[in-house]
Amino acid sequence: MQTTENDPEPLPEAPPLEVRRTQEERLLKAWETPKGWRYWSAVNNSEVGLWYTVASFCFFLYGGVLALLMRIQLAVPENTFLTANQYNQIFTMHGSVMMFLFAVPIFEAFSILVLPQMLGARDLPFPRLSAYGFWSFIIGGVFVCGSIFFDAAPRGGWFMYPPLTSSYQSDVGADIWLLGLTFIEIASIAAAIELIVGVLKCRPPGMRINLIPLYSWYILVVAGMILFAFPPLIAGDILLEMERAFHWPFFDPARGGDPVLWQHLFWIFGHPEVYIIFLPSVALMAMIVPTFARTPIVGYSWVVLSAVGTGFLSFGLWVHHMFTTGLPGVSLGIFSAASQAVAIPTGVQIFCFLATLVAGRVVKSACLLFVFAGLATFIIGGLTGVMVAVAPFDFQAHDTYFIVGHLHYVLIGGTIFPIMAGFYYFFPMVRGKKLSERIGTIVFWLVFIGFNVGFFPMHISGMMGMPRRVFTYPAGMGFDTLNMISTIGAFILAGGLLLFFFDVVRPRKNEPYSERNPWNAGTLEWLAEIPDKPWGARSIPEIDSRYPLWDQPNFVRDVDEGRFYLPDAKEVLRETIVTSVIDARPIQCLRVAGPTFITVWAAIFTGGFFILATYHWWTSAVISGLLAIVMLLRWAWTTAPIPEKDSKDVGLGMTLPIYVSGPNAVGWWAMFITMTADLTAFMSLVFGYFFYWTVHKDFPPEQHQGPGVFWPVLSLVLFAASYGLTLLSHRWNREDNAKMFYGGIIGAAVLSLGGTAAIIAGPWTTNLDPTSHVYPAIVWVLAGWMALHGIGGLIMQLYCLARRAARRMTAKYDADIVNVCLYWHFLALTVFITVGVIAGFPFLA
Amino acid sequence: MSRISDPEYMQPTEEQDRFWILFASPTIWAIHLLACYITAAIWCAKFGETESAFTTVRIAFAVYTVVALAAIGWLGWIGYQQQRRVTDKTPHDDDTPLDRHRFLGFATLLLSGLSAIATIYVALVAVFIGSCD
Repeated sequence: MQTTENDPEPLPEAPPLEVRRTQEERLLKAWETPKGWRYWSAVNNSEVGLWYTVASFCFFLYGGVLALLMRIQLAVPENTFLTANQYNQIFTMHGSVMMFLFAVPIFEAFSILVLPQMLGARDLPFPRLSAYGFWSFIIGGVFVCGSIFFDAAPRGGWFMYPPLTSSYQSDVGADIWLLGLTFIEIASIAAAIELIVGVLKCRPPGMRINLIPLYSWYILVVAGMILFAFPPLIAGDILLEMERAFHWPFFDPARGGDPVLWQHLFWIFGHPEVYIIFLPSVALMAMIVPTFARTPIVGYSWVVLSAVGTGFLSFGLWVHHMFTTGLPGVSLGIFSAASQAVAIPTGVQIFCFLATLVAGRVVKSACLLFVFAGLATFIIGGLTGVMVAVAPFDFQAHDTYFIVGHLHYVLIGGTIFPIMAGFYYFFPMVRGKKLSERIGTIVFWLVFIGFNVGFFPMHISGMMGMPRRVFTYPAGMGFDTLNMISTIGAFILAGGLLLFFFDVVRPRKNEPYSERNPWNAGTLEWLAEIPDKPWGARSIPEIDSRYPLWDQPNFVRDVDEGRFYLPDAKEVLRETIVTSVIDARPIQCLRVAGPTFITVWAAIFTGGFFILATYHWWTSAVISGLLAIVMLLRWAWTTAPIPEKDSKDVGLGMTLPIYVSGPNAVGWWAMFITMTADLTAFMSLVFGYFFYWTVHKDFPPEQHQGPGVFWPVLSLVLFAASYGLTLLSHRWNREDNAKMFYGGIIGAAVLSLGGTAAIIAGPWTTNLDPTSHVYPAIVWVLAGWMALHGIGGLIMQLYCLARRAARRMTAKYDADIVNVCLYWHFLALTVFITVGVIAGFPFLA
Repeated sequence: MSRISDPEYMQPTEEQDRFWILFASPTIWAIHLLACYITAAIWCAKFGETESAFTTVRIAFAVYTVVALAAIGWLGWIGYQQQRRVTDKTPHDDDTPLDRHRFLGFATLLLSGLSAIATIYVALVAVFIGSCD
């Protein structure tokens, strides 16, 4: 291990004991977890991450019970244990719960829990955002899951294909899916923002980009994927819900719609989704394998290649779910080729893990058994994946039990087994005590055997022609024995999981605490004291190696004795260090937010909007939505307060600014990332417009004249003026020219209002009826999207006005208006594209 | 002054490195895939009936592929140059600006290689498939 000469070193002498005690008291006070009923106002990563993990694990058990009900029903032919309607609800909920309420959230939960520890950070940069995400998740999850007890659950499959879900299921089930899960998707995007900014900006000093733990690389890639994968589904949800609630015919062929658009939008989300849940599990393996092989990972750069490469390629595969929809052969070929290519990076990381195990001295453990199970199972699922990526084979296997077998090998092998390994690995860090190795070995054999007995026969029953999603089958078709075997296997698997669950929750009062760093791992999260302290790291270390606990001498002692950065919280405020993206050079001492109930209220009212809208209680829904906006503004109002001093001594002779604005600030990054996701959703709607153009001979159709040119162009001009004035107001604020600033920002707000009215006036005055044909409907959606964003821009302008008036924003402390300008860059692009498409494209077409 | 004694050569600053370059080659692959898909989809939807139409699609694929491979190749070359600064030994796990610089170069090179293979995979479709059907 080589380092640069001018790298800061820890203090040669520990501060005197008295000083250290005082420092520790202050740190404990700053990071204290609220007591009593206020406990639920906690926002710290260790609490929120734990709640999140427990909640997603409960949803996993719920989804598992649903699976067992299905297996009981299918155990024998012509069974009457469940009705067709019940079975449809159950298989829909099983898929939806496992994907949306378990697989994605558990990765976010784990990451919120361990990432700050892994980065030696005191917390993630936006703890309240994590808390808001968690509360949204739990409200939405309970709402969606509860529906089954009222016989009202969605029953259109986890993919919700129209026209089944638009024209043939008029009950509330599909609305619960669309609105309930959209709400949860927003929570996922919130977590993604938190994690990206966490990895890029909250690393410990000196943790250069070539030294970051592989887990962080994977999280960065996966969180980035969420930003591009979830928004198309949100766009699809909007279109499908508009069809269901207001009869806008996006997927109704009789009025120009096309159900295939839904499939595109769903699978642009749905395929990357598989990798969104698979890569974090690989990330866990990338941490566990070197620990138990007692050697650094072999081929670090190659694993990074795999993470980034898989992340990208996974977006080029979505059409392989649509091979049987009648797309041109050349389109199938393109996506078949990409589906084969993704096997390359996927394979590379597996070889790196195997090489690491071969190179090291492997220590036996239950944890590693689950890693092996994961690797072996995933490889089988991956290979059947390559088979179904070949279009002619897929034509045969499509919609059969072969696919059910394939996807469970991928998801259980690629996700569940590594997550179980992760539980064994991280349990001592979180709860202070180990899970039982003996029980773990039994659990391993039960789940491994049960899984293979349960799912392998499905490949055969599928090849024999058993279709998916059937609630029963006639006797004598050759499916009987295979299904019975699958059911037996499923129950053995369930028995193993039950035993695992017992081991997790059983009382451990009489067991001694585990030793610190029980696996003798090399990465920072194992600095955690047992039992854990709320402050994360006692002092934030300077990093010289990928495995500092193995390589840096006296590392744990130096951290514990406060010889590194921020060993104190003099002002008794929660602080962490923000660093630069590439070299992790310290650039700010960030004060992070403490406990609050505002995030709970914000989540309740946001949830209220979606839940009330499900039942078409529009007035209540709008009131709840407005209250959510009020809560979010109230929350924003308290963030980034003007500090009592400009900079602060963080130790080791380093002084850092407390307040930063612009691209160095975490808030700027959060806005940038949010707007990237927002732009992706918008582009998905634009894709819809052009999709309709390609499938229609005349688009726009002759009988629909609108939205014209005048109003959209007027809107463009007004928004352009508002944009210009916002940028000028930023400059006037910086020059401390109050008069010009107030005049400018008020003028900009008036122009925004005018621009919003003008874009609505376009389709309104040309009498475009959105229920008559898909053309007016898609124009209305684009105009409506732009108008909503215009109102968002207007609120932000008024917010800056209020902040300056309240002396919470000044010429020097100007993060608010800098971030609002960033929003406006994106809004300007949205306006330009919307007007170009709805007013300009008809001339080209 | 020899390059070894040039501190800028030996210790490239953070500002000299670009994080996004890592993602550039896969982005080009994605643009290439979308360009091929959109061209084929629009062409087959609007002019699919005519036999000669597919030649146009093939020419478009060829042009996209040459441009994409040239750009990926160029990025790969930058990565290659970057990873062999001073030495080309692996791994790049030292806490030095040089190893960070060489790591970014090596990762760029690897991702360019993967992107080139994936781009060729997609391009090959136009070799084997000769119509919209």
